Amino acid sequence: MVRATSLALTAGAVSLFAAAPATANEINSGDTAWIIVATALVLFMTLPGLALFYAGLVRAGSVLSVLMQCVMIACVASVLWMVIGYSLAFGDSVGGWIGGLNKMFFDGVGTDSVSGTIPEITFAMFQMTFAIITPALIVGAYPERMKFSAILAFSAAWLLLVYAPVAHWIWGGGWMAELGVRDFAGGIVVHATAGVSALLLAKMLGARKDFPNHLRPPHNPGMTATGAAMLWVGWFGFNGGSQLAADGGAGMAIAVTHISAATAAITWSAIEWMKFGKPSLVGAVTGVIAGLATITPASGFVGPIGALIIGVLAGGVCFYMVGIVKNQFKIDDSLDVFAVHGVGGILGTLLLAPLAATSLGGGGQADGVSMMDQLGVQALCVVVVIVWSLVVSYVIIKVTQGLFGLRVDPEDENTGLDLPSHGERGYEL
Amino acid sequence: MKMVMAVIKPHKLDDVREALTSVGVAGLTAGEVKGFGRQRGHTEIYRGAEYIVSFVPKVKIEVVVADNQVEAALEAIQKSAQTGQIGDGKIFVYDVASAVRIRTGETGDQAL
Repeated sequence: MVRATSLALTAGAVSLFAAAPATANEINSGDTAWIIVATALVLFMTLPGLALFYAGLVRAGSVLSVLMQCVMIACVASVLWMVIGYSLAFGDSVGGWIGGLNKMFFDGVGTDSVSGTIPEITFAMFQMTFAIITPALIVGAYPERMKFSAILAFSAAWLLLVYAPVAHWIWGGGWMAELGVRDFAGGIVVHATAGVSALLLAKMLGARKDFPNHLRPPHNPGMTATGAAMLWVGWFGFNGGSQLAADGGAGMAIAVTHISAATAAITWSAIEWMKFGKPSLVGAVTGVIAGLATITPASGFVGPIGALIIGVLAGGVCFYMVGIVKNQFKIDDSLDVFAVHGVGGILGTLLLAPLAATSLGGGGQADGVSMMDQLGVQALCVVVVIVWSLVVSYVIIKVTQGLFGLRVDPEDENTGLDLPSHGERGYEL
Repeated sequence: MKMVMAVIKPHKLDDVREALTSVGVAGLTAGEVKGFGRQRGHTEIYRGAEYIVSFVPKVKIEVVVADNQVEAALEAIQKSAQTGQIGDGKIFVYDVASAVRIRTGETGDQAL
């Protein structure tokens, strides 16, 4: 049984990397049906999952601004993805660095073109939902103080200049794919890029006025738990869909995803219980997200025991990173994008090398690749992507600052952004 | 006429209403308020960060009674709102110059 699973996982990994160039393969209706469903599940992660998850954590006066940011980033990313983003990530490679412009406006991505065993339009839309959630994750770095115009400008530029190239390097047949990097569903492409960019943006934007000692508590933890539950469900599409097939590999990806989420939540809660005397709901669901982000790159390569180990480490490491970012770095990455997503994604990207071991139920290493070789490639790619994300994000933030300014008026920050930025209120109090 | 204003624990509102009704009080006004007294506030911990919550949720009730009802109303509130724990609240009494029932135009004790 383990052997059968390993075979399926290995086959799945190959199909992911080979997905971009259209092949002469025939369309498989089972695979296509699953990816269409997975596309809906991943969109559901952002709208409304991530939006609610974040919105519950801010003050009552800024709840709508966070929802609005998630909605509009989703819309802008969708249009940009169709116009040029998909082509930059999955167009014909220019030297392994960036996709060409041949697929702008989804040119040639019709009902008949095939990607792997699914229609390319299905692949392009599935990838679009990843391009939506990645910039939306960064919303957690800057709530309650960043100008809406600056948010839109930053997110749009970031999608095309940070996300699309990295997606090409790893998933679009670029140079990291050539090196043999393993990133099943986006530990590097999604979580590392968003996490480190969020940390930098939070640092350059500056902390909320009352950070760190006079902040108001999350206004609606129930909303946060609702959003986290939706993210959890949607993540089955995120990781399971990344198999790009309806097979055992997708089934195993969903299994390990679920085990990691549950284990990380138990770990996070246990630490809180011991440390503070009470296990909190916000803590438990944050642990869920840490477990999901951390298993993401590994979900096509590890087995259930690997998932258990990843879950424990995700809950523990991310818990302590939240405190380190806020207390040692003194950076107001308000909703812990870096500590949970960035650190989790990087952790999972590195852990997948040892935990792919067949003795732990994993799919094993790629042919002719030792565990240490794989770990080296993983580490190299993580470092390069971190540097790329920081440098390019820095330039984008500086240009955005010059064009629009980054911060809202201090008095608007006091009020909460709903009325000053959007002219409406979440609650009639 | 006197205004009896009390700040009580929110979950005691129904008990207080019952106690006041049983001594002949015909109506009261209640609202959700926040405040602090000896109970001060408390801290809440989210993702390891401590948040100081310096105001505690309370319910404020306002009852206007005839002079001869004041003692009974005070006793009713004091007994029904008491838990013996810190944070049970306070009662204040002050004079009311006049009262009008809007529907009929009755004034004074008749309006209560």
